[in-house]
Amino acid sequence: MPRTEFSPSIATRPVYAALKAHGSAPALMLADAEGAEALIELAAADPAVMDRAHLIYIPAGAAHGPRLRELGAKMYHEAPSFSAALERYRKALLDAKMGTQLYLAGTEGLIGQAAAEALAAGLPADAIQSEHRGSIARRMQCVHCKGVTEDVTTDPFVCSHCGLTLFVRDHFSRRLGAFQGVCVDAETPGIVPEMKEIKA
Amino acid sequence: MTLNFNDETFRGDYTFRNSPAAIRRFPFPFDQDSYMYSVNLEPHAGGREGSPFQNRFDVDEHYVAEMKDREITLTEDPLRCQSLPHMELAGWDFLELVMVSKSEDYPELFTLNRDGDRWHWINRPLGIEQRFTFLDPTTLPCGPMEYITRQTQGDHALLDQRDGNLWMDAGMVTSQADWSLDFDIGMNFYEWHAPVPKANEMGVFQRALKFLLNLQQGAPVRRLNWTMTVNPRLDTSPENYHKWGPEKRTITPENVGEKQHLRVELQTLWRLPRSNAIAFPIRCYLMSLEDIVSQPKWGRRLHRVLRDLPDELAEYKGFAVNRPVIVDYLSKFDDGAETSPGIFPD
Repeated sequence: MPRTEFSPSIATRPVYAALKAHGSAPALMLADAEGAEALIELAAADPAVMDRAHLIYIPAGAAHGPRLRELGAKMYHEAPSFSAALERYRKALLDAKMGTQLYLAGTEGLIGQAAAEALAAGLPADAIQSEHRGSIARRMQCVHCKGVTEDVTTDPFVCSHCGLTLFVRDHFSRRLGAFQGVCVDAETPGIVPEMKEIKA
Repeated sequence: MTLNFNDETFRGDYTFRNSPAAIRRFPFPFDQDSYMYSVNLEPHAGGREGSPFQNRFDVDEHYVAEMKDREITLTEDPLRCQSLPHMELAGWDFLELVMVSKSEDYPELFTLNRDGDRWHWINRPLGIEQRFTFLDPTTLPCGPMEYITRQTQGDHALLDQRDGNLWMDAGMVTSQADWSLDFDIGMNFYEWHAPVPKANEMGVFQRALKFLLNLQQGAPVRRLNWTMTVNPRLDTSPENYHKWGPEKRTITPENVGEKQHLRVELQTLWRLPRSNAIAFPIRCYLMSLEDIVSQPKWGRRLHRVLRDLPDELAEYKGFAVNRPVIVDYLSKFDDGAETSPGIFPD
């Protein structure tokens, strides 16, 4: 699956370039599902990028694990979910030395959460690269109840916490790693526009 | 100057009212018969006597009631006041700026006695007397920014300056025109303005940011911004949009003059001395259309501005749905006569 090109939007809507290797600098890599292909292409362009890499992969049903493992990262780990990988990822951020590069690849939910963790841990923004691959589902925060709904693919959608019907904004918080969802029928309760698939 | 503080509400039964004197001093935001975004900054160095521009932090008849409304909002949602850990010094800077300014500008209302770092603050309208040690947070009941902004009308953001940008890293936001501090905290100048249509393409934000990065101590600046609000409600937050949203659809030709309010923000920007942060108070003034048209110049001008406003702006400011009723009402107060330059009533 190739890199996703998102249509132009407001300044907070994240855009993702292709990953570029920083040679054999210490590296932390985190990918989910189709994001594996971005790392495979990265390693093909510059095999040295794996020399000091700690690679964490969340397959989410994809079958790229064996190929990723063969890239020769110094440390390789597969996790069943982001929350299962979180403590390991946090420790890796805590242990990261000056100059460590963070490579994120896959869905916006993974990239958003992982980048927010990295910024909170003090990694400079320019040490973080991200490339979008795979599902364009979004991670949405309900502005009303503050609950986060993962893997939102329609607009509007129902908040999985408070049950309000929310529309999908392009306004994105890097601190929360989430887009903002706002009640779609606040002014006219019960009058909800037809649900449509989110587009890139 | 004697001030009588109104006993009034900004929710529920909405007993908020402007006295005749408050109407005359309202900061009407349009200096001509049309409106478009601009970098409309000017020095905040006083202004016409009795106007909201005269003092550094305007205190008016709504002070006590606004602080009560803030307390209600904060009790329901403490996330309206947040400060990232590195912003405490900026909070002290801002506390000092407000206490010094208010005690000098309104000595009958506020007193500040300072003996080195031992400070004694008296706020008569709110019945507060506090002795504390400046820069020692254990001597105040809450953080310095929260402490002083619970006693200062308007929302307040504290902007950290680094990497050639401004970062909204602290704030007290309970009377906002539909933006969320909890979502926007930590964003830079371009990010928190991202939802504003047109202005980015016009280069407004690049120029404003360049100006603000060079803002100097002792030379604050100000600008007016505006929107429209149904009912005199301070808490028009996105958090509570599903609660106040239905009120927006209650406008009829019969009640529009009374219910529809022009909401004006007097925004000021101050360089802070120790932290090098910028304090950004956003003071909100509300006035009903029927009070606006009591000043014939304002009635004529507001009609022309709202009638000719680009659709995108009416949509962004959230009153597109009520615009026809508003413009129709105002048209009855526009006889086509010329309006005088400037914002003040004739």
